[in-house]
Amino acid sequence: MASNRNSVLPGFGLTLGFSILYLSLLVLIPLSVLFFRSASLPLEDFAAAVLSPRALAAYELSFGASLAAAALNAVFGLLLAWVLTRYRFPGRDVVDAFVDLPFALPTAVAGITLTTLLAKNGWLGQILEPLGIQAAYTPLGVTLALTFIGLPFVVRTVQPVLEDLESEAEEAAASLGAGRLQTFLRVLFPALWPALVTGSALAFARALGEYGSVVFISGNMPLRTEIVPLLIVTKLEQYDYAGATAIATVMLVASFALLLAINALQAVGRKRLAGAGAAP
Amino acid sequence: MTTAALNEIQSHPSGSVRAGLQDPPLVRAALVALALGFAALFLLLPLAAVFAEAFSGGLSVYWNAIRDPIAAKAIELTLIVAAVSVPANAIFGVAAAWAIARFEFRGKSLLVTLIDLPFAVSPVISGLIFVLLFGAQGVFGLWLVAHGVKIIFAVPGIVLATTFITFPFMARELIPLMQEQGSEEEEAAISLGASGWQMFRRVTLPNIRLGLLYGVVLLNARAMGEFGAVSVVSGHIRGLTNTVPLHVEILYNEYQSAAAFAVASLLALLALVTLVAKRALEWRIRQETRA
Repeated sequence: MASNRNSVLPGFGLTLGFSILYLSLLVLIPLSVLFFRSASLPLEDFAAAVLSPRALAAYELSFGASLAAAALNAVFGLLLAWVLTRYRFPGRDVVDAFVDLPFALPTAVAGITLTTLLAKNGWLGQILEPLGIQAAYTPLGVTLALTFIGLPFVVRTVQPVLEDLESEAEEAAASLGAGRLQTFLRVLFPALWPALVTGSALAFARALGEYGSVVFISGNMPLRTEIVPLLIVTKLEQYDYAGATAIATVMLVASFALLLAINALQAVGRKRLAGAGAAP
Repeated sequence: MTTAALNEIQSHPSGSVRAGLQDPPLVRAALVALALGFAALFLLLPLAAVFAEAFSGGLSVYWNAIRDPIAAKAIELTLIVAAVSVPANAIFGVAAAWAIARFEFRGKSLLVTLIDLPFAVSPVISGLIFVLLFGAQGVFGLWLVAHGVKIIFAVPGIVLATTFITFPFMARELIPLMQEQGSEEEEAAISLGASGWQMFRRVTLPNIRLGLLYGVVLLNARAMGEFGAVSVVSGHIRGLTNTVPLHVEILYNEYQSAAAFAVASLLALLALVTLVAKRALEWRIRQETRA
């Protein structure tokens, strides 16, 4: 099936064979078991698990909070990427390095820390409490935790595009008398948006499946602050394997659809950049 | 371009065109302040809070929490898990990158997409699939019970789930790096009579060593910090199947906040070391590609 045109170099069969074997054993076969298990469930059981009020409430919270977090990240991620690539100010390198903190900090640590910060007597909770805002153990807290987790995705996707952007179009716009805002909206934003949407979609996808940073802050009240991953864990702890499998399958299909959409978006982004580079 | 526009350009000294590229100072200051404020609130404050909470009970509480034998067991298990899953995924990453970056074959883009698959899977589901395979109710459940092999609620399950979660990291780093480097040097080595192994050791490995190190840093951070997937397969048996993040969870849920944050501060330190190493390696890689 595989054709090997570059015959000078050795090791094609060995490395490809090993890669496919390892991929199959560790990823493909285990994942397919989930689908087989799901398919072997009676349809009414599957529907009952997937469409129960508790599951529907969990989808709503997971999708809603992830979407809100992705939107927040789109705004502040773009802002951070812009400031980090365009301006020079003291501490810029430190901030740039710290953008990756949510990647590097284990999610459980992020979870207990954000909960402690936002609890009534926490550093931030104390400020929010008199304002009548309760963040810990509410959907707002879930959204804030997911925003923390997703931030690097937007910044790290937008940053390289901003760095590579040809300044010629910008200069032309400026010399033609366009104001800064006009230049941004008409020249920069059209080149940026595929990366911005891709980054936000990556943050959204990550948020949908996120568990560690959310379980502590959500309070885990069924129908109110229970996210989908937690519902799966709860079902497992009650030995309801069928229910857990059914809901996990719905989540997985949603994640894969998102992955395909992101891949398509990235292709659009690459085309745009290549097109912009080739234009006279 | 219209003549009016051309006149416009000529009438402007080049300095003012430059000025048109700069944001007004007030806008700049406002944007920087807003970005720094956000970064302080969302990045710096949580990190500071970890250490503040860790020492909130005083040095002795901190010290006892870290030296607790159960914490030591958790650290040991976390190190064991990383010691298996990091090299396993590193070897896979090198092999996959070699096949993908050096050869043309049908289904290559499909393979690249499949390698990314674990990124799209929720950690919880990553644990669940191994429970469905090896748990008591699982596909191999009966056979495993009959032969006295324990995978779920035991160390092998934790290793499997962690390896699944960290699966794509190395391949993702190495594929673009090796594609960019090209294969001339390796082809030269082969045509000069080097064996495959000699070529790999003398040419490929030195060329990719920084990328390899970068991948190991990322792999290790994720492997040691993984929570969701491990939580599903571990069974939370104290002193036996608790990794460091799970130990933090238990302490926290038992209202031993200072102890939980003391152990968490070790993970936060790991995160800081990871960030510094990542930065340093990125800088070195840029230097090398420029040279």
